[in-house]
Amino acid sequence: MAETDTLPAIATRREEATGFFQKLVSKGLGWARKNSLYQYPFVTACCGIEYMSLASARYDIARFGAEVPRFSPRQADLLLVVGTINCKQAPILQRIYEQMADPKWVIAYGVCASSGGFYDNYATVQGIDRLIPVDVYVPGCPPRPEQVLDGLMLLQKKIQDQEHKLIDRASPKLASGR
Amino acid sequence: MDAPLHAKRMIVNMGPSHPAMHGVTRAVVALEGETIAEMKLDIGFLHRGFEKSCENATWTQCFPYTDRLNYISAIMNNTGFALGVEKLCRLDVPDRAKYLRVIGSEIHRICDHLTLVSAMGLELGAMTVFLYGIEARDLLWDRLTELCGARLTSNYCRVGGVARDVPEGWIEKTTASLDRVNELAGEIGGLLTRNRIFLDRTRGTGRVSRQDAIDLGFTGPCLRAAGEPYDIRKAAPYLVYDRLDFDIPVGEHGDNFDRYLVRMEEMRQSDRIVRQCFAQMEPGDIAVKDFHYVLPPKPQVYGTIEGLMAHFKLVMEGIQVPAGEAYSYTEAANGELGFYIVSDGGGRPYKLGLRAPGWPMLAALPYMVRGSLLADLIPTFDSINMIGGEVEQ
Ligand code: SF4
Repeated sequence: MAETDTLPAIATRREEATGFFQKLVSKGLGWARKNSLYQYPFVTACCGIEYMSLASARYDIARFGAEVPRFSPRQADLLLVVGTINCKQAPILQRIYEQMADPKWVIAYGVCASSGGFYDNYATVQGIDRLIPVDVYVPGCPPRPEQVLDGLMLLQKKIQDQEHKLIDRASPKLASGR
Repeated sequence: MDAPLHAKRMIVNMGPSHPAMHGVTRAVVALEGETIAEMKLDIGFLHRGFEKSCENATWTQCFPYTDRLNYISAIMNNTGFALGVEKLCRLDVPDRAKYLRVIGSEIHRICDHLTLVSAMGLELGAMTVFLYGIEARDLLWDRLTELCGARLTSNYCRVGGVARDVPEGWIEKTTASLDRVNELAGEIGGLLTRNRIFLDRTRGTGRVSRQDAIDLGFTGPCLRAAGEPYDIRKAAPYLVYDRLDFDIPVGEHGDNFDRYLVRMEEMRQSDRIVRQCFAQMEPGDIAVKDFHYVLPPKPQVYGTIEGLMAHFKLVMEGIQVPAGEAYSYTEAANGELGFYIVSDGGGRPYKLGLRAPGWPMLAALPYMVRGSLLADLIPTFDSINMIGGEVEQ
């Protein structure tokens, strides 16, 4: 659904098809979800050191409602992939993504996660989007915390614009809210 | 009633994605009750092909790769690599460049130790320490950003010198920042050093005797905490360390608490070193004036054919390092950082070997925690300061 969502023509038709209350509920849920992101920091490498700065007092990711790191994928809805993913690590990342409950979102933090960065070699996965879907890419090696906050704001906007349902009876694939 | 109950061994998997295993290491722990009967390490989750990547890059292009070895103290890795290449080229860099390298290294040493202490506090439940530590580190990073343009991955050294001179007013600013960092470090010390919980969890755990530490190949703070006063900055002074006055803190018991104390003291010593460098440093060149190694200044590149040629050659072919091999050893934040460099006379390394400072300590971890409680694994793992980038290359 993710790709069709962004096409304006289809979006308008869907707009027309959804009822007033449905829209209200969707907006409300979107607002609640975007402001209470529970993150799972999948920290592997250098970017993680920068992530420490992001999480502590000066840059304070808590201002955006994403302060609580959860180290269980079952309790998180935002997967932050921070750092290089190599071939040995790849299946683990995939497993963790699958273990997260819907709706879920992914941020690729840094160029290594986004595209493999300058580790263009035998060991490194050339971008995590070969393994799992990604919502926001944050470039930089490592990105400054401001950049990540900007990325987070983009994600919040994206979440707000998505369609959310109170009770989802669709098959799990469609219900992902993505 | 007293029929013996057979304890069953339980296998617990810690990592590779576990909050306390910062960095990515998998520890397979066999438990008897709460006691660790056996432990196996599984590494390689951050292997990024450092050595191979360097063979495909020119000598200058290797510096960014070295940044990402011990990414908390990048300038130290830069310096180590630069010294190795300069050994092959028989280059002697100008005094000011040496001082700048020392300043960068020592500031990064403070950052590294701060990160370790904060992370250790955090994982033992002291969140405040973490916030203070990161604030202090951010202050230093601000200054480093002004110096080399990046917060974390500095890429500051070059073969034959350093990339930039200090900006105007930087020395005063840095001194002020260091004062504030001292205050914050003092506060961290106040929160931890006499803290009952911290003491109970770190004193007497993860102990390594002096002899064992030597046998296991420890270097750096972990070796010194065990009582062996070995520091390459004193034992084989490089750059300008022989002109500087500083002490080597030594521990007694070789346990986690001593490793913590040694690091706290080393921060103070690094602070002293930086201040001395500021006082001793004199204006001058920051790189050698030989255009076989260092890029010529831009007016010369655009104005003269020699400058243009030198620039073109350096960028396209890389520095022509004489054939041979060299080993450079420097005291990085975690111990001896060694680069074994082989050149075939071309613009790229023929082979590069790395002696990662953190590796012997990590390899000794199963030995250190055998027979202790599972909870002791956490401070022990913290205090050896395993950095994925350098250990797994
Ligand atoms: S993007 Fe750069 S800083 Fe981040 S993990 Fe990759 S190499 Fe390290």
